[in-house]
Amino acid sequence: MRALARIVAEADGRGGTRLARLRGEPPLQLRHTPDGSAAATVHLIGSAAGPLGGDDLRIEIEVGEGAVLCVRSVAASIALPGRDGSPSRTTVTATVAAGGELRWLPEQLVAAAGCRHLASSTVELAAGARLLWREELICGRHAEQPGDATVSTSVDYDGAALLRQSLTVGPGTPGWDGPAVLGGARATGSLLTVDAAAPPAPPAVLGATAVRMPLTGAATLVSATAPDAHVLRGYLSTGERSPYGG
Amino acid sequence: MHRTAYLLLADGRFPSGGHAHSSGLEAAVVAGRVTDLAGLEQFLHGRLSYAAPVTAAFTAATHLSATRMGRAPSFAESDVKVPFLSLDRELEARTVSPALRLASRRQGRALLRAGRLTWPSELYGHLPKHPDGPHQPLALGMTAAAAGLSTEEAAQLAVYGVLTGPASAAVRLLGLDPYQVQNLLARMAGACDEIAAAAAAVAHKSPQELPAHAAPLADISAELHATWEVRLFAS
Repeated sequence: MRALARIVAEADGRGGTRLARLRGEPPLQLRHTPDGSAAATVHLIGSAAGPLGGDDLRIEIEVGEGAVLCVRSVAASIALPGRDGSPSRTTVTATVAAGGELRWLPEQLVAAAGCRHLASSTVELAAGARLLWREELICGRHAEQPGDATVSTSVDYDGAALLRQSLTVGPGTPGWDGPAVLGGARATGSLLTVDAAAPPAPPAVLGATAVRMPLTGAATLVSATAPDAHVLRGYLSTGERSPYGG
Repeated sequence: MHRTAYLLLADGRFPSGGHAHSSGLEAAVVAGRVTDLAGLEQFLHGRLSYAAPVTAAFTAATHLSATRMGRAPSFAESDVKVPFLSLDRELEARTVSPALRLASRRQGRALLRAGRLTWPSELYGHLPKHPDGPHQPLALGMTAAAAGLSTEEAAQLAVYGVLTGPASAAVRLLGLDPYQVQNLLARMAGACDEIAAAAAAVAHKSPQELPAHAAPLADISAELHATWEVRLFAS
């Protein structure tokens, strides 16, 4: 299945954000869910199981000057193998203009047994743009070994590299759940905060396997491994507050 | 052929300060994640799959840029620095832990000092200036170029260093039998060669396209380790 979803958010000139474009196609359905704040909130609603092997799903996001867009999903997405063993792919590209803010806070990605999934995100932030970006990866459904999954994130700020991370899990990579990588944890994730107006938070230990780290540039990354999705969310939510409130 | 130069640079006795770093093994041992030879094997496989491709690709890319520059001395100074600035930024963006950024730069600085005196060259001056030193893979790529080694050899040295650092630390931290540790390294040699060859093969790509493998516990345990008051290794 191939699908493209596109979200364009613009400042409405009255301190709020309007969605100039909101277009999805199965299995990527989008729903505007106003919450009374200055931000526009959009929920991704998967209308089919997956991503399944062979799927090629693309999401394009554009946040204009002064607009605030929050993207969530209603449920975890579960990467599943296809019939012919071909890989599935989810590609997110986002641009945020100066003074704009993107909060990308979807539910977890679960790498189910036998999957071959590549999730890759590219974010370009103009100088003065803000970002909150959460990635959560669960290795297998309950009591299940995962398939092979890669979550790759690339963020540029004002034209320069800010973050490049590519995490691969699954039996195709020797040592993936060993003591140098996940240490047997089934859940791992990170939360990136970019805000040039707020000084990067100093390094901090948030738990036995959770830390907060300032990047080089106006950004902070919380990174954690955890036994399950619930504990992971707890670690990451300590950093979830938007620097702009709300 | 520069076989002896290659051996000198690979030798643990080369005075580049690498012995002060365990590459995360000390933190893994104290956390109880590595307790024996089997645990070390898992640890080293993780380092080989995740850390080595990045380190080796940036070493190889630095080496290749330096070697091309050495052949074309007419390059304007500003042109010459561009690939190294970009490699430095791209590696910085891949090293999310401030403790690991500092460990990389300190090791790079120590290696650069040793390299400059062992194989003097004007090439070193092109590395971007940073108060804590250049990243270790950039310093290694540059030193390998000054020593006249090939890009493949530079990548191989990088992979070798990723594994031998924690392997020798394991002997000290866990009291493992050094013969068994050497046997483990010998069994991993084929995989090391493959990772090094793959890194050399991408050395010509733009820095943005180089590998960016992340290992969550490498970053997390480096940050935890940095908070300890007493530790045997610097990282």
